[in-house]
Amino acid sequence: MTEALLAVRDHRDREAFGRLFDHFAPRLKAMMLAGGLRDGSAEDVVQDVMFSVWHKAAQFDPHRANASAWIYGIARNRRIDLARRKPMPQPDELYEPESLEPDAAQVLAMQEEAGHLAEALGRLAPEQAEALRAAYFEELSHSRISEMTGMPLGTIKSRIRLGLERLRHELARIAP
Amino acid sequence: MSGVNHHIPDDLLDEWHAGTLPEPFAVVVATHLSICETCRARMEAIDMLGGVVLDHERGAPMSGDAKSRMMAALDGPMPKPAPAPSGIFPSAVMEALGGGPPRWRMLGGGIRQQILMSDEAGSLRLLYIPPGRAVPEHGHQGLELTLVLQGSFSDSGGSFHRGDVETAHAEIDHQPIAGEGDPCICLAATDAPLRFNSMLPRLLQPIFRI
Repeated sequence: MTEALLAVRDHRDREAFGRLFDHFAPRLKAMMLAGGLRDGSAEDVVQDVMFSVWHKAAQFDPHRANASAWIYGIARNRRIDLARRKPMPQPDELYEPESLEPDAAQVLAMQEEAGHLAEALGRLAPEQAEALRAAYFEELSHSRISEMTGMPLGTIKSRIRLGLERLRHELARIAP
Repeated sequence: MSGVNHHIPDDLLDEWHAGTLPEPFAVVVATHLSICETCRARMEAIDMLGGVVLDHERGAPMSGDAKSRMMAALDGPMPKPAPAPSGIFPSAVMEALGGGPPRWRMLGGGIRQQILMSDEAGSLRLLYIPPGRAVPEHGHQGLELTLVLQGSFSDSGGSFHRGDVETAHAEIDHQPIAGEGDPCICLAATDAPLRFNSMLPRLLQPIFRI
């Protein structure tokens, strides 16, 4: 998908954008539904997010993210802005120095990294994986998660932290 | 870009990422993330995992004409971009400044400030402290984040340069002194009004809004 995003960035390639839409729109809709939006508004937000992907593609830097991470970040921000009813202050773009490796090599490295993360995610205990998914996907506040599952706040937070720590360790083990 | 030694505390970074941080602190965090590669990479790693979760989700089908409507909308007008960064001020600060340069107010002793926000969520201001000058000693009623945009200051917490953030809690009375060289320009957010110990009587504070 990162190649498609680069084609959108560099060539305003509509066919590549169509591929991004096919892959991400249903997943983003699931994310918005999980976050409590209704079907119609979830689709509206997905359209907003994908519209931003088209217009902000020039800012995409494959040295800092793959397509999924970058688009997830846009969707997360969009949902936060909706909840706050005004834009969240955003950091400036940080660019890697020009001289670094070419995009293609970096895209591969990022893909590998995402693969390691996915493997590590697969090895988590089910309740850890679910807590992580809730934190990322449903983006409920920690206290809401606690309310819903009946678990005390400390447990939830430490479970998310534990999930992240375990991921880090798994990654450290895999990494050369 | 490198050389940042004092970072945003983990819990505040988490709150920023979840979008629950009050506006004045959110501006300081966005500013720090514009300068600090370390904290920025941490946020990017969190989004990387978010992307993996997204990729593994079974999608919810979009309605039949969603894609054709999307493709037709692509040529629509671009959303209004945030103000561009300018000099020492990242975009988040330019936004809080309303897109223009600071309009300083003199506080005495060569110290200047501009209040950028002040409401029940807390306050955000820019401070300008000439080299070698002490900011009047003050305690805090709540949490205060002070980020250096230019120059430096030091106090009992250490030495702070561009991008560094000092996190001070209610119990800390500190006396920052601006370093030599460029005047020290800081972005400071509090969730409560400051209590200056010496410079102005307490009763006058609401009038001067410090």
